[in-house]
Amino acid sequence: MAPPIPTALDHHLTPEARRWLTDAVARVGDDPTAVRTVFPAVGRHCGRGPLVDGWTVADAARARLLAALPLRGAALAEEITALHRYGDSAEQRAVLRSLALLEDADASFADLGVPLVRAALRGNDTDLIEAALGPYAARHLDEDGYRHAVLKCVFCGIPLDRVAGLTERADRELARMLADFAHERVAAGRDVPSDIWPIVRAHPGALEASGLPAEATSSSSDRRAAAAAALAAFTGAE
Amino acid sequence: MRIFDPHIHMTSRTTDDYEAMYAAGVRAVVEPSFWLGQPRTSVDSFTDYFDALLGWEPYRAAQFGIQHRCTIALNPKEANDPRCAGVLDVLPRYLAKDGVVAVGEIGYDSMTPEEDEALARQLELAVEHDLPVLVHTPHRDKAVGTRRTLDVVRESGIPPEHVLVDHLNELTVSMVADSGCWMGFSIYPHTKMSEDRMVRILQEHGTERMLVNSAADWGRSDPLKTRKTADAMLAAGFDADTVDQVMWGNPVAFYGQSGRLDLEDVKPDETALFEGNSVKRGGE
Ligand SMILES: [Zn+2]
Repeated sequence: MAPPIPTALDHHLTPEARRWLTDAVARVGDDPTAVRTVFPAVGRHCGRGPLVDGWTVADAARARLLAALPLRGAALAEEITALHRYGDSAEQRAVLRSLALLEDADASFADLGVPLVRAALRGNDTDLIEAALGPYAARHLDEDGYRHAVLKCVFCGIPLDRVAGLTERADRELARMLADFAHERVAAGRDVPSDIWPIVRAHPGALEASGLPAEATSSSSDRRAAAAAALAAFTGAE
Repeated sequence: MRIFDPHIHMTSRTTDDYEAMYAAGVRAVVEPSFWLGQPRTSVDSFTDYFDALLGWEPYRAAQFGIQHRCTIALNPKEANDPRCAGVLDVLPRYLAKDGVVAVGEIGYDSMTPEEDEALARQLELAVEHDLPVLVHTPHRDKAVGTRRTLDVVRESGIPPEHVLVDHLNELTVSMVADSGCWMGFSIYPHTKMSEDRMVRILQEHGTERMLVNSAADWGRSDPLKTRKTADAMLAAGFDADTVDQVMWGNPVAFYGQSGRLDLEDVKPDETALFEGNSVKRGGE
């Protein structure tokens, strides 16, 4: 099991980087506006490489800076929304990954970060979409929003094991959407990503209700082949 | 031959330009934020522009094997527009970014009190953020404007080696040489400064602290003027090392003072994506 992110970060930082971050955290604690210039500078002081669980070193260091903000509720949301607005993609991704932690520490932050999640889901940057779909999105997106986020991942090739809360939140309607998506792919003679099947299988009848099974007798050989592969994957052990 | 164009506005150029620049040896560029030919009417248009200089444009350049960095500032022309004054308040956020290697272009256009104020404040910001500055000199009344620029730079307390004074000519080069600042020359088609005149200036004043740029933008300009000047230097008898000093070593040394230049070897790669988007068009 991977170490928790703060521990992993402490192990990873050089003494010089640790000093810089400690000092930055103290400055942000004294004056929240200091975050506006230290937050963008994290990458070159702390590093940008991978840490654990899809987090980078810079993500974890930035999360620590946000946690140090002496702000709550609407004031906190305003500051991090501006960091996101003026942030490059690495900064935006760190803001998105930090949302659940901010809410854990301050219940009044609540759903004030949801507009940032929605902005990421409107875009095409798979890195940001993945960062947006952590536990915070799983808690706050409404049913329709959550289903469409999952479907967007399938379209963009983001593996569904990166999406938080899927076990609890996948419902019959999502299974229907994924089965229809699979049918569309098969009708185009294309492969279907295998990670949708557990959700479709969990809702008996969803596959049958789509037009996919009928593709097995299509007059076009590539559709028949795609259907055979999809049906084998659906009934398969995995 | 490797070339670093220390002043070029790639946002206004085409992918053909990027290809031709790579073929000519250009491997790195700095794009100063400047005016767009038409006034902006709000701070938000500036921040969107700054975001493009830090996001889309470096991505576009990298597809063609060219590393792109930028300088950020409120330019002198628009410093006179009260609707744009708020840009100064958002600059600290941008000056902290990895892709920003200097404050610029700052300086004078018509030498108004508003320009004085913006210049002084941005020199202060440069000192605060420990960044070099790129200073534009006015095209009208250049000698007086350059002299006044150097006075303001001196009073600001910024170290002269952190300052690049640009768009110089035969009449302004000496005062900048004496100041200890770096000297920039923009080589244009037809007007202002040509590659042959540039060679004569280098013969007369040497190659220390000398930078040559194309300043290519949306106006009549030529992004290959750096290469053409390098060729003119070789034809005039400068050796390859000296050409490399002017075309690569000097810009790297100047912008390297930011501590953020961090040049790596990029190869053309059109398959990469920026925020999920590509420079390719559908069907390719
Ligand atoms: Zn310019």
